[in-house]
Amino acid sequence: MTHKCLIAGSGGQGIMLIGKILAHSGMREGKHVMFLPSYGSEMRGGTANCSVILSDEEIDAPVIDQPTCLIAMNAPSFDKFEQKLAPKGIVIVNSSMVVRKAEREDLFIAGVPANELAREIEAERVANMIMLGTLIAATQCVTLESVMESLEELLPPHRHHLLPSNQKALEAGMKLVKKS
Amino acid sequence: MVEKQLIKGSEAIAEAAIRNGCKYFFGYPITPQNEIPEYMAKRLPELGGTFLQGESEIAAIYMVLGASAAGARVMTSSSSPGISLKQGGISYLSGSELPCVIVNIMRGGPGLGAIQGAQPDYWQATRGGGHGDYRLLVLAPATVQEAVDLTFEAFDLADKYRNPVMILGDGVLAQIMEPVTIPEAKAWQENHPWAVGKQHHRERNMICASYPDVEILEKVNQKLHMKYDEIRRSEVRWESFRLEDAKYVLVAYGTAARIAKAAVKTAREKGIKAGLMRPISVWPFPQQPFIDLIPQAKFFLSVELCTGQMIDDVRLATGNARPVYHFGRLGGVLPLPEEIVDRLEQLIKEES
Repeated sequence: MTHKCLIAGSGGQGIMLIGKILAHSGMREGKHVMFLPSYGSEMRGGTANCSVILSDEEIDAPVIDQPTCLIAMNAPSFDKFEQKLAPKGIVIVNSSMVVRKAEREDLFIAGVPANELAREIEAERVANMIMLGTLIAATQCVTLESVMESLEELLPPHRHHLLPSNQKALEAGMKLVKKS
Repeated sequence: MVEKQLIKGSEAIAEAAIRNGCKYFFGYPITPQNEIPEYMAKRLPELGGTFLQGESEIAAIYMVLGASAAGARVMTSSSSPGISLKQGGISYLSGSELPCVIVNIMRGGPGLGAIQGAQPDYWQATRGGGHGDYRLLVLAPATVQEAVDLTFEAFDLADKYRNPVMILGDGVLAQIMEPVTIPEAKAWQENHPWAVGKQHHRERNMICASYPDVEILEKVNQKLHMKYDEIRRSEVRWESFRLEDAKYVLVAYGTAARIAKAAVKTAREKGIKAGLMRPISVWPFPQQPFIDLIPQAKFFLSVELCTGQMIDDVRLATGNARPVYHFGRLGGVLPLPEEIVDRLEQLIKEES
């Protein structure tokens, strides 16, 4: 099984963190993993995306032609990548930012009002964790336990008091899939 | 067993250098390799070493020369335009037979170019790069783990041959994160008998790359070339993938080789007898393995992220025995494995 994930949004939305957590979690589960940021001259507010591959097999090409799953944190990301997805790909769309419907009919689309939900839980900055929660529930690519362990490792100790609200955000995102 | 860590290629290169005793780094910032100096700036002072950002690449490479002449384990890193600026110093380092490790994280060119993964500096790296008739030992890792292993070893090779060693990578290698095992730190003592200065146990040493007497300079050149021949005999590295029965030989190094490997797998699924020959040392180039492949090969296909430079070395190795073709994307665009397979299928059709 190979998950080819594309995570896209704008700088400052925590795109790279989602990618790093996914790769870390996959490594913890003994998978072959790769994280590659799309690297341009963009800064906060510009477009940002990264690709993560999680696989039971050795990863050769570091390029993703057809992602099997996509997190679209904003409208331009959804516009840019919808047509690139593999057949029957999984899309987690931030419906707080994306209003249009999907053009393709074969995709599994989960609309997540991530900004609103995040404000209810803590603040908008956990919106990325809600999206990640929905992704791992929809794809089963890694477990919540691995994600929490990775977060603990990636966050510096003086930020560890934020772990519970991040877990809440992840669980809120996961619940959306169980319902649908 | 040592636990694996998920680390960015550029940081992995820096840590591997430190683990093998590198205590001095001189450089000037340029993307997409700034994580190397950033990492060095943080770690080297903790270890009693020195990180120094020069006023330019030119200043930095001569700081490397000075540190190396004093017997230190030293490194610099840059990206294509910065490496061009360093060429004068690299020539002096080579002429003075000074060991050091130089990392080139190539970007698309010419000029300032762009920072995505590209391979347009193959000729520069494998033909010396600057003025004078010299060679660098050039190693081209394809994965972060290989970048760690080769960078670690590069320092020992530089000392062994008293020669600069280049690690040739690109923006993908520098920015990608992969799980790696980094070797334990090795103790290294600065005790080169040739280092400058006078010590109580030996006569005063001089390091120089200036020989106004032509008779002497010719001998210096001959000596250098005996060394390069020794490197050619001893340090050739490559990896083959599915070449046992391959009729179509893809040739690629670094990031291009990863994509070519995926292409070989796809081609094999389609019943095409393709294989991959991946030079790891691009200088010295693995000539003999190519000669050995001639009887079974219908043609060679050099996959490079440039308009075709390594293809020259493939042709030099195989002569006119078999056709040698090229496929590449330019300027930082990475080909998809399917594009390589398409090119391969098209060539097979044309050949038959």
